[in-house]
Amino acid sequence: MTDLDSIKYTAEHEWVDFDPASGVATIGITDYAADQLGDVVYVDLPAAGTAVTAGDVCGEIESTKSVGELYAPVTGEVVEINDTVVDDPSLVNSDAFGAGWLMKVRAEASAVDALLDRAAYQSLTGGDA
Amino acid sequence: MPSGIRHPNPGELMTDPTSPRHTVLRDRHEALGASFTDFGGWLMPVRYTSDLAEHHAVRTAAGLFDISHMAEIEVRGADAARFLDYAVSGRMSALAVDQAKYTLLLDPSGGIVDDLIVYRAADDAYLVVANAGNRDAAVAALTERARDFDVVVDDCTDHIALIAVQGPRSQEIVEATAQITALSQPLSDLRYYRRGHAEFAAADGTRVPIHLARTGYTGEDGFELFIRASLAGELWDALLAAGEPLGLVPAGLAARDTLRLEAGMPLYGHELGLDILPAQAGLGRTVAVDKDDFVGKAALETVVAGDAPVLVGLVSEGRRAGRAGYPVRHGDQTVGEVSSGALSPTLGHPIALAFVPPALAAEGTELAIDVRGTAIPATVTALPFYRRKK
Repeated sequence: MTDLDSIKYTAEHEWVDFDPASGVATIGITDYAADQLGDVVYVDLPAAGTAVTAGDVCGEIESTKSVGELYAPVTGEVVEINDTVVDDPSLVNSDAFGAGWLMKVRAEASAVDALLDRAAYQSLTGGDA
Repeated sequence: MPSGIRHPNPGELMTDPTSPRHTVLRDRHEALGASFTDFGGWLMPVRYTSDLAEHHAVRTAAGLFDISHMAEIEVRGADAARFLDYAVSGRMSALAVDQAKYTLLLDPSGGIVDDLIVYRAADDAYLVVANAGNRDAAVAALTERARDFDVVVDDCTDHIALIAVQGPRSQEIVEATAQITALSQPLSDLRYYRRGHAEFAAADGTRVPIHLARTGYTGEDGFELFIRASLAGELWDALLAAGEPLGLVPAGLAARDTLRLEAGMPLYGHELGLDILPAQAGLGRTVAVDKDDFVGKAALETVVAGDAPVLVGLVSEGRRAGRAGYPVRHGDQTVGEVSSGALSPTLGHPIALAFVPPALAAEGTELAIDVRGTAIPATVTALPFYRRKK
């Protein structure tokens, strides 16, 4: 289980769990974002090996009712995507911070450090993130 | 009052005076954890837990919908039948008492002001159910058209709540609701697009009339129950309590939209509008062209079928669904536009309604939907996408 206080967040409702040893950030969307979207039925993720740039759209998350864009929270190379969530997008709703992770990106620690902490993110979403 | 539904105290309105409006069932929805969305000027439950779970519940058991945002307009008077024959597209004079009909309110140029369900309440009285977002336009058009007729057009939306029970177990659920008594006929005898009468026994011992119509917007069997606004909460609670053991869940507008889309039913503002003629939307059958005169008749008689786009169903493989506004392509050309689309929860593949040229509307025609830059192959298919097993 991810410790929600130890990970970072963006204003675009991604979460980022950085492992300093490997330099790899695991990225997903928050449960707040998943609730806002409704039932997620499709995720489109960049292929492993793709270079993504912080702030740019790098994927899509579709629910029955709407389409959300996935923004890269950090700049770096995609090293892995979650094939399980591609096959079963409902994991984004049922376990947003766990099995519903989307991709892993090799990133700079300083870029992750600059993201929002949980308190700052919660203040954006009214506190129920 | 022909309906007998309306609350005796006209000062008792069903909504908060604030805008956008909530229905009288707001506290029930909030207690059930609903998220709300603005729809037609009303804050309506979009989902309670999961749109997909609510959708599947309606297909396999039943869902409970608050549709009190819909407008109810009474038409009463000696000329009621003759007036509606003039004011709407279908022949309302042909309806038996307690029979309902789906019909269109056209403007003089033949465009669609709204789509309606009209119930005949008596020889000289009808109840018109209009879309929430078109309430003012429908009331205004009917009132304006009533000038030369002996009728009263009366907007009673604020007095009447409407609750739908939809799904294969709907009849069992209504029958299991002990507070619904004195049914005018066994529900098994109540046919599609007919309504029955009953009483609702309120907690304080009073009994009030309700109407149960075998109608709906989901493609399943089901009922729409009309009750005075002040007792809607009690009816909601009674249905939910009786229905929960049978699989009934509260269901929001998200599920309602995917359900109606699978059933190939149009939604105003998507498949219907002032710039869309009935035949374009596949609703030519709802226009009784042989009536003496009705608003829109002259314009529709002069229309040449021509190249005006027509509504078709499109099916695709995979999971990427076209959405309203996405271009439809044929080869390199943009030939049309999606009006509604979703990944069908029941069928498991994308479905869409789209307007395309008649030459590309034949079943089996291979088109594509431009899904944010990617052309997703889509095949024209017969509607509805989903038909329930009888």
